[in-house]
Amino acid sequence: MEKSVCMYFQVHQPHRLRQYRFFDIGKDSHYYDEFANKTILRRVSDSCYLPANKVIRDIIEESKGAFKIAFSLSGSVIDQFEKYAPEVIDSFKKLAETNCVEFLAETYNHSLASLVSPAEFKAQVMLHSKKIESLFGKKPVVFRNTELIYSDEIGAMVADMKYKAMLTEGAKHILGWKSPNYVYSNAINPKLKLLLRNFNLSDDIAFRFSERSWSNWPLTADKYVTWIANTLAKDEVVNIFMDYETLGEHQKASTGIFQFIKFFPKALLSQTDIKFCTPSEICKRHQPVAPLNVPFPISWADEERDTTAWLGNELQNEAFTKLYSVEKQVLRSKDIDLINDFRKLQESDHFYYMCTKFFSDGIVHGYFNPYESPYEAFINYMNILSDFLLRVDKSKKTTKTS
Amino acid sequence: MKVLMFGWEFPPHISGGLGTACYGLTKGLAKHGVEVLFVMPSPSGDEDQSAVKIINASDVVIDESVKNSESFLQKVQFLRVGSNMVPYVDPVRFTTLVESQRVSQIEGYKMYAGERYQFSGKYGTNLMEEVARYAIVAGEIALKYDFDIIHAHDWLTYLAGITAKRLTGKPLVVHMHATEFDRSGNNINTQVYDLEKMGMKEADIVIAVSNLTRNIVISKYGINPEKVITVHNAVEFDKSDNMEVERGVPEKVVTFLGRITYQKGPEYFIEAAAKVLKRYPNVRFVMAGNGDLLTRAIRRVAKLGIATKFHFTGFLKGADVNRMYSYSDVYVMPSVSEPFGISPLEAMRANVPVIISKQSGVAEVLTHALKVDFWDIDAMADAIHALLVYPALSNFVVKNGFEEVNALKWDNAAAKVKEIYTKLTGKL
Repeated sequence: MEKSVCMYFQVHQPHRLRQYRFFDIGKDSHYYDEFANKTILRRVSDSCYLPANKVIRDIIEESKGAFKIAFSLSGSVIDQFEKYAPEVIDSFKKLAETNCVEFLAETYNHSLASLVSPAEFKAQVMLHSKKIESLFGKKPVVFRNTELIYSDEIGAMVADMKYKAMLTEGAKHILGWKSPNYVYSNAINPKLKLLLRNFNLSDDIAFRFSERSWSNWPLTADKYVTWIANTLAKDEVVNIFMDYETLGEHQKASTGIFQFIKFFPKALLSQTDIKFCTPSEICKRHQPVAPLNVPFPISWADEERDTTAWLGNELQNEAFTKLYSVEKQVLRSKDIDLINDFRKLQESDHFYYMCTKFFSDGIVHGYFNPYESPYEAFINYMNILSDFLLRVDKSKKTTKTS
Repeated sequence: MKVLMFGWEFPPHISGGLGTACYGLTKGLAKHGVEVLFVMPSPSGDEDQSAVKIINASDVVIDESVKNSESFLQKVQFLRVGSNMVPYVDPVRFTTLVESQRVSQIEGYKMYAGERYQFSGKYGTNLMEEVARYAIVAGEIALKYDFDIIHAHDWLTYLAGITAKRLTGKPLVVHMHATEFDRSGNNINTQVYDLEKMGMKEADIVIAVSNLTRNIVISKYGINPEKVITVHNAVEFDKSDNMEVERGVPEKVVTFLGRITYQKGPEYFIEAAAKVLKRYPNVRFVMAGNGDLLTRAIRRVAKLGIATKFHFTGFLKGADVNRMYSYSDVYVMPSVSEPFGISPLEAMRANVPVIISKQSGVAEVLTHALKVDFWDIDAMADAIHALLVYPALSNFVVKNGFEEVNALKWDNAAAKVKEIYTKLTGKL
């Protein structure tokens, strides 16, 4: 039986909103914190994207193409690369040229549209697909939704859009006794294959790598290869999915994360018969073992692995509902600026900042969070949304008169 | 465990949060099996004595326990500090003054011995004198009663606490409910500062009502951080339901309620109100309270041209306070420096969303309140506006705030205080 490891990294940065007071409503329709966005993007480019891309290119060359990997770049981060760090796009293009790297499809603005609006969801996926094709020369064939959000219905929509496979979380409450280390299929449309994240092995790198109180610290490439080999003694596929910012940003270079990433593929290829595969190669090599029933949306976030990190309290629901209530008017206006702002305001991060789940622990929810409290996040967003709604109203009037 | 506690006021006769806090704490301690002998000047006799035994300082007859008044004064050296109460003396005159004061104090003491000295019990012009006399009586009480530890609330009673400690050798806990820096900014009254500092130096443990206060105690009074412990205040509500009031105005109401003094930051509230009114007319602002900045506040409101939408009520008490809360849609506490701050908790309890300054101790224990820097009037105006126009926000804050405030219990604060007693006395 064939044994595979699939590695996928998510690359995303939101358009952070500027401090927007209520006296700006109706007067100033510029919403973004250019300075913060530029500063953060440049910093993460230097600490993560550029050095990590270089390491991965070296591994691919050294392994003579045996190392394969997948990325998904949100449209939000691509737009910002083009504006503030075009060299990062170039280095991703060089990776694309190796033919060992697959780029996945997602919603253009890292949106939660799949939960409320099939039309907006499809529009954003098409927009993103075009962008990826224009940059890297290939149309994506595998889909990953924002925050790996997945349900039977979302899967069916994705299948309708002719994607071969979709990535999601190997959530315990969905799998029960089943293993995440096989390919599954959508419960409505069996043509869509499902690749499930092995959260133990993924989080060993993403969260625990530099955790000195962890009994397995320090994590070496050899140790990690042994774990994968043990897992694949019975099972077929290990999916290691995480944020790209793990390399050099969440786990700083000083933790040795880059050395680990460099030596792990070498160790795996030399010590085992396991192959690195891109998601579409996995689909060719492995057949689904069973359909997977996911009636309610799951995600890769928090212990709950559901969508409550973005839509779990009244504040989030209010902001979300208000935003989507004007979807039709926005699209009907054909106003490019209005549509662009509508999409940027859909970025899941804005809703994540309003999460009150961890209020009691005093933990700030989310990395790069610009707000001191969920209340601040909500107020700022609602002020901007109020201005946006005024513009939508105005556009309605002008389309009527013309 | 028996505590000799020195306070200054007790419900229902209170002029601030200190009395409320003393009351809550003693009740909490009683629940944990701690006996409290609460000493205070001039109680009027109708205080709730269910939890504590109140000794009326005015009832103590100064005669038996100390025969020779001269030796008593020698034992209690601090009494000479009483001479500090004469302000602006240069060092040369100081020594003679101290000596003459000491003599007159002995005279005065003899004069009062065998008689009851009537304390006025109110903060007045002869406050410093009262503080010292209170301390003399404290010595009498300390020798007469049996107890394990001494606990003194705020600088007014620190001399009393120190006397009791020196006479009995029992450990002393002083409780900082406010510092002179909170009350006066940087123009502090040095007499008060010195008394506060002396009390804390002599104390075995200093309790601060917030980390904010703890930091001031450490940085501005130079107290050893190891002996300064934060015990956040709590709040105790009676069972009475929130009252329903009929609105006379259609607009929403934003309220400031407190002394109109430097410490409470009334001017920031006014400036924020003007900003809100510029863009959002459907609101009225109310400033309830009295204080030395009141006339200045009225002038500023007039100058900003918002007087038709900005109202002053004067000092409110009792049921009027509760009525004011029921009348409000937003409560703002913009304090420049607030050691703790009970009033936002009362507002939350009345289902009013609150905005509090980050420079308040209560901000350390509340999550379901909007927090702004007192000087950031843009942020304050923005928060007020948000609570008025985004019902999802005010509903969320009110619902969660009500639960949060009901979970703040004096029981828990008292448990921490008892832990301190146990550590100092070795008794349970």
